[in-house]
Amino acid sequence: MILGIDVGGTHTDAVIIDDFEIKKTAKVLTNHENLIETFQEVTETILGDENIDDLDRIVLSTTMSTNAIVQGKVNKVGMILASGPGLAPSMLKINEHTHFLSGYVNHRGIKIAETDYNEVSSISQRLKDVGIRHVGIVGKFSTRNPELETHIADMINTDFEHLSFGHRMSGNLNFPRRVATTYLNAAIWNTYRAFVEDVLKFVETIKASIPIYILKADGGTSDINQSAKYPVGTILSGPAASIMGILSLSNFTEDAIALDIGGTTTDIAIFAEGVPLLEPFGVTIEGHKTLTRGLRSKSIGVGGDSKVSYDNGSIVIGPERAGPAAAFGGPYPTPTDAMIILGLTDIGDKQMAEIAVGTIADKMGVSVPEAAQTIFDLSCRKIADAVNEMIEEINNKPVYTIHEILEGKKISPEALFVVGGPAKPMASRLGDLLGCPSHIPDHSEVANAIGAALARTTTEITLLADTEKKTMTIVEEGIQQEISPQFEREEGLNICRERLRERALKMGAQEEDMEMEIIEDQTFNMVRGYYTTGKNIRLKAQIKPGLIAGYRKEASI
Amino acid sequence: MTNKLRKTGLIFFPAFDWAISPTHPEREERLLYTQDQVFEEGLLDFDNIIEYKPGMATVDDINRIHICVPDASSVTTESHLISAGGAITAADKVLQGEVDNAFALVRPPGHHSMMVVHGARGFCNVNIEAIMVEYIRHTYGPKRVAIIDTDCHHGDGTQDIYWHDPDTLYISIHQDGRTLYPGSGFPDEFGGPNALGATVNIPLPPKTSEEGFLYVLDNLIMPILDDFKPDLIVNSAGQDNHYTDPITDMRFTAQGYAILNDRLSPDIAVLEGGYSVETALPYINVGIILAMAGIDYSYVTEPDYDPQAIRQSPELTQYIEKEVELIHDLWNNREAQKASMKKNSEFISRTKNIYYDTDGIHEEQTETIRVCDDCGGLLTIDSRANFMDRIFAVIIPRGSCSMCRKKGEEIFNTTEQRPFKHVYFQDRERDVFHVK
Repeated sequence: MILGIDVGGTHTDAVIIDDFEIKKTAKVLTNHENLIETFQEVTETILGDENIDDLDRIVLSTTMSTNAIVQGKVNKVGMILASGPGLAPSMLKINEHTHFLSGYVNHRGIKIAETDYNEVSSISQRLKDVGIRHVGIVGKFSTRNPELETHIADMINTDFEHLSFGHRMSGNLNFPRRVATTYLNAAIWNTYRAFVEDVLKFVETIKASIPIYILKADGGTSDINQSAKYPVGTILSGPAASIMGILSLSNFTEDAIALDIGGTTTDIAIFAEGVPLLEPFGVTIEGHKTLTRGLRSKSIGVGGDSKVSYDNGSIVIGPERAGPAAAFGGPYPTPTDAMIILGLTDIGDKQMAEIAVGTIADKMGVSVPEAAQTIFDLSCRKIADAVNEMIEEINNKPVYTIHEILEGKKISPEALFVVGGPAKPMASRLGDLLGCPSHIPDHSEVANAIGAALARTTTEITLLADTEKKTMTIVEEGIQQEISPQFEREEGLNICRERLRERALKMGAQEEDMEMEIIEDQTFNMVRGYYTTGKNIRLKAQIKPGLIAGYRKEASI
Repeated sequence: MTNKLRKTGLIFFPAFDWAISPTHPEREERLLYTQDQVFEEGLLDFDNIIEYKPGMATVDDINRIHICVPDASSVTTESHLISAGGAITAADKVLQGEVDNAFALVRPPGHHSMMVVHGARGFCNVNIEAIMVEYIRHTYGPKRVAIIDTDCHHGDGTQDIYWHDPDTLYISIHQDGRTLYPGSGFPDEFGGPNALGATVNIPLPPKTSEEGFLYVLDNLIMPILDDFKPDLIVNSAGQDNHYTDPITDMRFTAQGYAILNDRLSPDIAVLEGGYSVETALPYINVGIILAMAGIDYSYVTEPDYDPQAIRQSPELTQYIEKEVELIHDLWNNREAQKASMKKNSEFISRTKNIYYDTDGIHEEQTETIRVCDDCGGLLTIDSRANFMDRIFAVIIPRGSCSMCRKKGEEIFNTTEQRPFKHVYFQDRERDVFHVK
């Protein structure tokens, strides 16, 4: 038995899944001031008289980290950057406590300039002087050689409560994102860890030693204790829960579109052969572009409650929500009002909807139903256009080999899945516009909680071997070791798989969920003068986002 | 620097699965560290830097400017079509106004490919800039185009293609041909009789540094551009003038390349050579991208950058100043020289011996231009490779006058296929290509 909980913006949903069937659902209001209270309330509500011993685990999707960032409930963070040549330091400064060092490594991970101890200790002193307890240490190309970061840490680690390292955030290149990710990790450190402690304390009161998992932005889960080491991995798990929910409720293996149409926005996600796509570099939160692995989604300002206005001879939908639909006492006409007038849905006060849409109809010089039709058509078209744009973006993703140019896969959706309030009235029109059959999965009102409950543990590792330099790095694990000049790709692949497996187990993965995939596999001959001097081997492996083993379509979900 | 943000298109295609041969400078590894640096700097996250996937050039795009023997598909592979296609994508994004400028960071290069192509020379099979320029004219109408070739090697291919075209200004700045492949590119190579002055060669002595390059830019190239008034500026952006390049002997730098691009402000830049793959290319390319996008590039330097240590000698500075003056005079007198060259001739021929180092082919070629005041002039080419494969080509220029057209059609119609392997007819005005 699995308990899945999704802490949403308005409601917190819980679902108990037993043998892949939904046994029970519950819903409570979210108290953003005290998420732990919400968690307790929903857990107690849904568990009721269930036998607690049957519970195998709890999976929690929470807005804790996201809220901490959005609401600025963050630690004051000092940032120490070893930026080397490239972008001007002024462009890398993330806050007023950002300091730059002269040491750096280059793109091959070769140390070009040493770290200056005096420089480091004077920065450390300045940070302490302003009461900073949390520090992020980030080097350019530290994913190629993490030594510089750890060396700096050795000099100052007794000075602070917590140090976040850039190289542990991701194996991907992108220094400004590494800076932002490390900053956020240090910034939400205390808030998130306090939350984890509260959760553990509460769960102990109902049953000791039950595994608790947290949903991450990439739609995978992690053991809650592990997640506390990298809180930044848990940002934006909300959209991920929704996408995993649709995945679990539809369970298909073709290319497909998933839409979550809410009151204010519509979230779009794409599945390639039944696997949700990841953001190419990482997710973006509050303007911070990060290296945090996350499911690719696009949010547009069109929802059921979007404010509809008439401006300069044309109808404008959204992007803001100015309250509920007029049919529910809201101040402006909305797409929901239009759908009520057109008889596509039977909710709210139709007369109030007609009055509101009437103001638009008057300006347009048409009848109320005609205005409603125009509003509805435009809403659907805006969503469909955004979907097509996203698919085009994915299909035009730059590639770097002739093989991929000639043989690259193109997404062509075979199905559309729609959840959210206006799903029913809008789905079939959207399906027509997008040229594929539309489906509204059952239980979509608790899709997010189901998604959390059924998601598997995911992770990724990056292996770099430079046989000229005779080093191998697996930066996510902080590994840097010597290798023989004869080191081969096959050996690298084996190490990659083994390390990935160990890492996943540590994060709480089940053996049967190890769906590994090599996502990068490149070997370059290094030639200097006219001679081959070594090999540059670049491998990346992941446990890809997906549902836990044993889940079948035949199950009644 | 100018400090004005510009929207820059980046077409990055490192062709990680293509090499001339495993240890050849033009190999898989060439743009690997450039990719690393571009990714690590997070350049693709800038709102004003937009990456595009390259399209593929077609045989028609090639036949618009080259005479390929026996045909375009035989002398190219997919890699060449993508490389030329990348340049075309860059052009489309600029000409359609999606971006202010664009950089095709693609390989393999093209500037040693001449009008007639029997095979590969100087690592080049087809001329990707010329294919792009003719695509631009075909798609967006006639344009005056200036190509500034900053590769260390003389771009003899591009020079050959535009030798007779008064609407394409080709300026090459390169290491003196007496000291480097391909051995050409002297100031007296100044264009054909109908287009004299539209080819400008600026050979620089070995060990020229930032100071020398930027002096030439400010005191020669920019004034010539002011006179020529191009609609489009293309930078044939070779990067082998770098002080660490293994096959050349210059002392240019990443800072220098960035400043040059900032001041030149090309609409389109296309990568050419540059083989210091680890210590130069990552920094030069980041510098060029930042400069084109109007972002501060002053911190882009090589790890061992020391401008004093690689500074050119005062004698060299003097030599360059004198040369700049000489070429500027040549430029100012071009019209008079052109008139005297054209006087009393109807046709002018030149004979060329061309060696294809990459493929080991010898070509003998006789090229005949009709002296014309009304257009670029009818061109015919009689070419023989390795003393065997002989072809004949008739080329009608873009914007052709009725006389050149009439004569050209007549010549093509009356030339028997024998003794030639093929006889080609390339009508650039009407975009027609025939082979018999």
